[in-house]
This record gives sequence, C-alpha cells and structure tokens, in this order.
Amino acid sequence: MIKYLSEYRDVELVRVVIDEIKRTITQPWVMMEICGGQTHAIMRYGLDQLLPPEIELVHGPGCPVCVTSLELVDKALAIASQANVIFTSYGDMLRVPGSDQDLFSVRASGGDVRVVYSPLDAINIAQQNPDKEVIFFAIGFETTAPANAMSILQASSMNLMNFSVLVSHVRVPPAMHAILSSPLNRVQGFLAAGHVCTVMGYWEYVPISEQYQIPIVVTGFEPVDILQGILLTIQQLEQGLYEVDNAYTRLVTYNGNKPAQKVIQQTFTTCDRKWRGIGEIPSSGWCIRSEYASFDAEKRFNVEGIHPNESPLCIAGEILQGIKKPNQCSAYRISCTPENPLGATMVSSEGACAAYYRYSLEEI
Amino acid sequence: MCLGIPGKIVDVYTANDLTMGKIDFGGVVREACLVYIPDAKVGDYTLVHVGFALNLISEQEAQETLELLREISEIEEKLGPSQ
Repeated sequence: MIKYLSEYRDVELVRVVIDEIKRTITQPWVMMEICGGQTHAIMRYGLDQLLPPEIELVHGPGCPVCVTSLELVDKALAIASQANVIFTSYGDMLRVPGSDQDLFSVRASGGDVRVVYSPLDAINIAQQNPDKEVIFFAIGFETTAPANAMSILQASSMNLMNFSVLVSHVRVPPAMHAILSSPLNRVQGFLAAGHVCTVMGYWEYVPISEQYQIPIVVTGFEPVDILQGILLTIQQLEQGLYEVDNAYTRLVTYNGNKPAQKVIQQTFTTCDRKWRGIGEIPSSGWCIRSEYASFDAEKRFNVEGIHPNESPLCIAGEILQGIKKPNQCSAYRISCTPENPLGATMVSSEGACAAYYRYSLEEI
Repeated sequence: MCLGIPGKIVDVYTANDLTMGKIDFGGVVREACLVYIPDAKVGDYTLVHVGFALNLISEQEAQETLELLREISEIEEKLGPSQ
C-alpha cells in the first residue's frame, strides 16, 4: 500500500467512475489528453478498452523528448562528440534519433555521455570535474522548468563556469492554441496535464477555454484520476458548458507553485520554439535570460553546419497534434520499433507510439 | 519525465545553501530538493519531479475526492447498473 497511489488504482473506484461516464454520455465526443504520461497510463491500464465507444481519446504533444527539435538534437550530438566534454541528459533522450546518430552511439564512439536523474546531479559532476565542460540537456515542459532553472541559479551562485545548459523548454498553452486553431482540429475537450499545473496552476487556461469554447479539465495520472478527468469533461460537453475544472485538487491549485514560477521567470524568458514534426509555435518556449547567457550552451558552443534530415516515413508530427494515431503509420511495428525508432514518439516513455507498441492489444 | 511519484518526507536539511530532504517512496529513500515547498516538514507527502518536490499533497483534498467518488457509488447502487 503506497499512500496516494493505491487509492487511485482501486478497481472498485475505477468501475464506479466508468459506470458514471456511461450513465452521462449520450453522443460521441473527441478529447485529448495533453500529456504523454497520461497516454501511457491510459494504454497501460487499458482504460481505452473500458470506456464507452462514444469516447475517442486522441493523444497530445506533451512528450518533451518527442517535441525537442531535430536541430537541437543534432546540436546536442555535435557538442557531446567534442573532446573534453561531459554531456548529461535525462535517460529518455539518449535513444532519440538525430539526423545521423543518437547520444547512445556518441557514447559508444567514446563520448562521455551520462544519464542524470536531476539537473543538480549535473551540477555535482561539474563541481567534481573542473577541467571539463559539463553540459546539461534541459528539455521539458513547465514541470521540469523549476528544476532546470534552479541548476542555472546554482551554477551562477557557485560561479561554476564549466557548467552550461542546452535549453529546449516548451510550454503547454501555446501548443493548445496551435491545435485548436488548426483547420484539422477534432478536439472537443482537453485533459490538461496535472503536473504542469502543479507548477503553473490553471489560470492560463481560462482564456483558452473561453476563446475556443472548450472544456479543459486538470487531470492526474492514476487510473481513477484520469477517469475522473474524463467524467468532468463529459459532464461539461453533455451540458454544453466550457469551463476550466480541476480533477486533481490534491496537488493543483488555481495559482500553482508561486516560488517555482518566480525562479522560472528569473531565469527564463519566453521565446519562439520549433517543435519536432510540428514546426515553429510562437512564444511556445522558454530561453535563458541574457543575465545568465554565460550558462547557455548554444552560445558557448558555436555549433555550425547542422543540416537536419528527418525520416520521410515518420508521421510523429501528425500524431503529436492528434490528427493520426500510431497504428495509422505505415512504418509502425514494421520499420519503426523501440529498438530501431524512426521518430522520438517511439522512444520516449511518454511517446504515443511507444505506448501503443508496449501496451496495445491489437493483432500483430 | 512528467510522471511524478508521491513520497513521504522523512528528513529535512540544507546542502549547498538549498533546502533538501530525504523522501520515502514506499520503502525506497531518495534525496530531493525542497526549495519550492518552503512549508514542508517531516511527515508531509509531496510529489517529486527530476529531483525537485513540486508541491505538498493535500490530505483534505485527497479525502474529499475519494468521498465524492464513494457518493457516486452509493447513488449508483440506488439507481441500479448502467446499460
């Protein structure tokens, strides 16, 4: 029994919420779970199999490894390949294909690529290796931003000049705007990413809900949490309402974590950002503020001659926008597998293709 | 990466000028930075992402959610099974 985990995996409670969803729904609805962690939980627990057929779940762009642009992956590979460098990253990033190779193959060729659990681990490595350049690959949405930002502030206060950060931060609200304003959009309700909202609160979603007249429900990651998020979304859709609601109250407040937001603002500034497979989304990223430019790996390592070359078969962009499902891809399970991925969505523990590959019950 | 894990704070201390803590995740104890939850104390539950505690878990809110679901269950029993 793990407190705050077992209760939300309770079979009886799952049945209760499923029954209530069935009782409430009268017509088909399409909703998107923003976060790839939610996609994996849905597939892992087979929640999609338990839900009534009227509900179609499409999978969102909330997979930081998947949306990190190919240019930036190629830059990471170029920096990691240099001599006298220790390149640190969250583990998920190592198998993500760049144009020609991945971080694993850089390591196999003798590069010093290390997996860290926290950016503070990268700070420790920099302290212990003063004669090496230590780079941390700071990817992620709003959830990892407080940690990544703190590593920059720590390096600054410790005057740790051999430490720098390759930043690929992305934000959820601009991605929702991009999805909703697309002529191909089918999404009628959103399950917002609960852990992003732990940091940011959900005040940012109120104008989105009003502008596009769409329900947005802050949703957690356990089976009961996800089903409760779906239930609250369905209740709004069936009544013709569009509001921002919170199905994850034990961790999320309207205003979010103010100390964390303050550190993010102190360290990062909003910038345009390219999303892999999707393209540039205005104001969708965070970049290092000029005060901390000396810790910006893109400025410290002037990597030239990057010519990104994406697999022509991979449809990750359409999958990340909820336009297609992984099993609608001609390469899925055939030329694209977790061992030999064509795109990052087949790699990440938050990627939709990896979730389908690992948990889907479909015939092979 | 965004899958945080709930754990119980079992120790609070300072290292490199940062408030840090030992967090018990159902028997596995790991270190996390507590700088973003300044009110944290031993015995509280928190959610940790990439080595940082991002919020305290509200016991009251957790109970209210479970109560609400149990109420639905009681109403369902009175109404009988769904289709």
